[in-house]
Amino acid sequence: MKYNANENGFYGEFGGAFIPEMLHLNVEELRQNYLDYMNEPEFQREFHQLLADYVGRPTPLYFAHRLSAKYQAKIYLKREDLCHTGAHKINNTIGQVLLAKRLGKTRIIAETGAGQHGVATATVCALMGLQCIVYMGEIDIRRQAPNVARMKMLGAEVRPAVSGSKTLKDATNEAIRDWINNPLDTYYIIGSVVGPHPYPDMVARFQSVISAEIKQQLLEKEGRDTPDYVIACVGGGSNAAGAFYHFLEEKKVGLIAVEAAGKGIHSGESAATSVLGKTGIIHGSKTLLMQSEDGQITEPYSISAGLDYPGVGPLHAHLFQSKRAEFMAVTDDQAMQAGLALCNMEGIIPAIESAHALAVLEQQTFRKDDVVVINLSGRGDKDLSTYIDYFK
Amino acid sequence: MNPIHQKLQENKKLLSIYFTAGFPNLNDTVPILNRLQENGADMVEIGLPFSDPLADGPTIQASSAQALANGMTTKLLFEQLQSIRKTIHIPLLIMGYFNPIMQFGVETFCQKCAEIGIDGLIIPDLPLDMYEKEYKAIFEHYGLKNVFLITPQTSDERILAIDALSDSFIYMVSSASVTGSQEGFGESQQDYFKRIAQMKLKNPQIVGFGVHDRKTFNQATQYAKGAIIGSAFIKNLAENGMENIGGFLKKII
Repeated sequence: MKYNANENGFYGEFGGAFIPEMLHLNVEELRQNYLDYMNEPEFQREFHQLLADYVGRPTPLYFAHRLSAKYQAKIYLKREDLCHTGAHKINNTIGQVLLAKRLGKTRIIAETGAGQHGVATATVCALMGLQCIVYMGEIDIRRQAPNVARMKMLGAEVRPAVSGSKTLKDATNEAIRDWINNPLDTYYIIGSVVGPHPYPDMVARFQSVISAEIKQQLLEKEGRDTPDYVIACVGGGSNAAGAFYHFLEEKKVGLIAVEAAGKGIHSGESAATSVLGKTGIIHGSKTLLMQSEDGQITEPYSISAGLDYPGVGPLHAHLFQSKRAEFMAVTDDQAMQAGLALCNMEGIIPAIESAHALAVLEQQTFRKDDVVVINLSGRGDKDLSTYIDYFK
Repeated sequence: MNPIHQKLQENKKLLSIYFTAGFPNLNDTVPILNRLQENGADMVEIGLPFSDPLADGPTIQASSAQALANGMTTKLLFEQLQSIRKTIHIPLLIMGYFNPIMQFGVETFCQKCAEIGIDGLIIPDLPLDMYEKEYKAIFEHYGLKNVFLITPQTSDERILAIDALSDSFIYMVSSASVTGSQEGFGESQQDYFKRIAQMKLKNPQIVGFGVHDRKTFNQATQYAKGAIIGSAFIKNLAENGMENIGGFLKKII
């Protein structure tokens, strides 16, 4: 278990819980209970039942014929885009809302950037009849109007984060402040493998269903349960954590984490944290993050709203530092072209986040019999206007 | 004797003021300290601004953002404070989030504080166990008192652990909240103040969060040794400027 969190939530030097005393009780309550609750047979039964009947799991592992012919490898797409609400995010919100109920919490808060995690949280709150408040940067609210409308239709209250840069990191700050102000009845559903321990480990465990299914599906299709490569995009890193999880200790599986290079890694408009980041503390976790020399957190950029987080989860910082995963950076242009190529060759419109993972096909050469799994983390419906504007 | 200890022994309720360095203007740090001392502040917490102050309400957030926009940095703050002990004799603490301190280098930061004559540090997101394991020895080497926070939700067991690790005062957060969000103190806060007083801790307590006028100062210090005013002071600074610092303090003590 070298690549997973130790009992204090550290992945090598990264992770931990750097939180103010005001959050101690809630985070500690979660830390002490999450594994016990998650391991209860009844919890597992309820979780997997909902994943099957409500989310639509297992999601297919699709052999992409035309991509495979073009890139001369066996390319499979893990179809998280077919999950209810359109992305992998709901795997985690189902798990956490079940935990919240067991902890007796009645009020759910969440942060969201592009709105996918917000929609997934609003959805499970509607399902469970819980109050839901989603914090979203004022700028993101303007950029992602359809998802704001979806959250409201699902009964959630969307509160604008007007501090700082008014995007995802500020929405996260606001959610944390809400939790400080409401320590008794509130549960905070974090959407990625970020934040104080136990969140990175807990979210990775809920998302690990992705790699559990990949193993089983590959065994059926290829007669082996490990691929040669798993490729996933990384913002905070939840879909990558889920797709890598059961392969972390299998050294023969190449893990490729794809970050958003925006307009170019060194253009000043990028979200390539592994290249541009230094070790620091963000949202209660010690990890790699983009910051000024003075330790002020800087605002990242990517055409994809789901990848412009200034840090990465501590698991990914550890995978990067230990060289267990290879980190690649893909620009806006490369991602948009890869997204369009998938539309034309396979009839699938990917989320722009996931298109970053697809763009690796142009950069990496594979052997002819290599089995390559790309995690198609979300669908592109939410990105139609961005695609249309870009290709105009 | 550390000046904080000396101050805590005085037979009076202490007023401590928090302000954000670099706000409202970049070079206001020293003039603000002078006026605070002249007008009877017992102790000052100099806020090192951070881009993402997650335990702070809108007032301190805005002052931090303004200070950073003005060009405040850790290095510049130390330059401003270089000769501060020629004029300022009341205890001085630096309050800031951990990331900027980490980037400066924890040991270099502590060394610089000692050189200038800073007496203590308040770092809300440096947790107890990390402090004890990794940084306690460094802080102590440079004679810096690390001040921990407790809240109404902090268990007695944890309060005792915090008391054992503290060697100055305990920062008693008045209620479950970010800074600057409390109107006044109700019964539950009074009960909490009383409960902590009855624990007979070795470190005196100073109440912060929600103290903003004479009434709340008196309520907070009925059981505690002193109180800290932050957001209300910054608001006054923003609205009435530096000239009104004396007027503001007179309304409290």
